[in-house]
Amino acid sequence: MTVKIKEWPGTALSSRDIEEGRVLTVRHKLRAEYEWDAGVAIGRYLRELKNGRLIARRCGGCERTLLPPRMFCEECFTPTSEWVYVGATGTVNTFSICYVRWDVVRLKEPLLPAVITVDGASPGMGILHLLGEVRPDDIRVGMRVQAVWKSPDEREGAITDIKYWKPIQGG
Amino acid sequence: MPERVAIVGVGYSDIRSITPGLSYKEMMYEAAVRAYEDAGVNPRKDVDSFISVSEDFWEGTSIFDEYIPDQLGAALRPVHTVSGDGIHGLACAAMLIHTGRARVVVVEGHSKHSDMRTPAHIHNFAYDPIYHRPLGAHPHHLAGLEMTRFLFESGNTREHCALVVKKNMANALLNPRAVYGARVSLRDVLEAPPTFSPLGELDIARPADGGFVMVLAGESVAGDLAGDPIWIAGYGWCTETPAIDSRLWGEAIYAQLAAKQAYRMAGITDPFRELDFAEVDDSFSYKELEHLEALGICRHGEAGGWLEDGLTLPGGDFPVNVSGGSLGGGHLLEATGLHRVHEVVLQLRGQAGENQLPDVERGLAQSWRNLPTTTGCVVILERA
Ligand SMILES: [Zn+2]
Repeated sequence: MTVKIKEWPGTALSSRDIEEGRVLTVRHKLRAEYEWDAGVAIGRYLRELKNGRLIARRCGGCERTLLPPRMFCEECFTPTSEWVYVGATGTVNTFSICYVRWDVVRLKEPLLPAVITVDGASPGMGILHLLGEVRPDDIRVGMRVQAVWKSPDEREGAITDIKYWKPIQGG
Repeated sequence: MPERVAIVGVGYSDIRSITPGLSYKEMMYEAAVRAYEDAGVNPRKDVDSFISVSEDFWEGTSIFDEYIPDQLGAALRPVHTVSGDGIHGLACAAMLIHTGRARVVVVEGHSKHSDMRTPAHIHNFAYDPIYHRPLGAHPHHLAGLEMTRFLFESGNTREHCALVVKKNMANALLNPRAVYGARVSLRDVLEAPPTFSPLGELDIARPADGGFVMVLAGESVAGDLAGDPIWIAGYGWCTETPAIDSRLWGEAIYAQLAAKQAYRMAGITDPFRELDFAEVDDSFSYKELEHLEALGICRHGEAGGWLEDGLTLPGGDFPVNVSGGSLGGGHLLEATGLHRVHEVVLQLRGQAGENQLPDVERGLAQSWRNLPTTTGCVVILERA
């Protein structure tokens, strides 16, 4: 309060005023639905996931193997030249142990996202996915991992056709 | 005097009603490759800055500009987005060169409209949530309101608007880049099912997918590049007011003021005499007439009569939307301005094929950011 004003004018609102409809509220639920065209490169990538394989594109210019595949090389700015299958094994590049889910729900069992450099792809190229069958405390940068796939009849051509990546025993 | 700027390269990805075979990245790459080839530049070495025009809600991805560098050859380079029409982006690129900060700048704009399953819902999200959305009208109702008032004030008629549709869809038949070419009669337009009356179904430009990339360069380097330069003589942009309840309904003041800026910069005092042709926004049929009057190419109330007399036909004294416009060529969201600039560039270079106008030296491209906006951009382009 100030010297002149002993009490602010107006009426304070409580959450009950809103819940009980005593003040105007407007709710607008946005129906924003999309069907993004995956395109040539990601379209093939997803089809191959359904087959239980990882596919990359090779650039004839810098000779890198690009994963996920793309039809052009962002370094050389030329079309990539060939499809190559890469392994479903790799090395943990980085990871995080997440106790909060995307919708801000707290988790007892943490989610284990990791960036995995895939064998056969160029250094630093691979996949962002999840780790599993591992104790959070045991995860290390540089750990060797392999993909654990859903059964063929469960696969649908999606990134979730791989359930998670687990440590390679003795790897 | 800031350095003169030219468009030295243009490229587009094939415009289609839907493009299920390509991702937006692959579409942009196609346009970029053509533009760089046209300009004779290597984006990895010769381009100082990249600008994309995009709107996150049309894309379905927030902070969309983060997804553009790879397919433009812009990784590890200066990149930013202008959330506006393509001509906003073009003006921004020209200003980057004027300042001396960059010598070669790339502008990109695209539409992947077919990725949206609920475009009307997304469009409706642009309206005021408290006092407009609850009324429940489709976003296009504002065009019906505007058309009524424009015809009332200007004396142009419903039939004049139908003539715009007839002209632009016929022009599009000769343009391989236009997707909605057709021979329609006045009766086809007037008797089409009413939508947001006085608008009928054929008065509304249909959406399409496609993209454009343009390379701009300052005078000091333009001569060294392979591209046939088309000079930017002037540009301007303007927004009236978001207040739907109190804006000017009978005229496009935003286009008038944007044109004033562009004309001043280009030294134009009599646009009809000093320009040879124009590509103006025709997202809705009446908009072509309204914009033509706002640009001062004809006087208020004259545009319909001009069309009736054939002045704005391809063979007339002042051809308008020879390309087929958006009614014949498809509406390309924020790429609409670049769509029109592209057609003006091809005309000035003599590369417009069957649509080519004879002896054109100077043309105008104008865009409007569609409903519910009152934002318009103008650019003047010239051969020499
Ligand atoms: Zn490469």
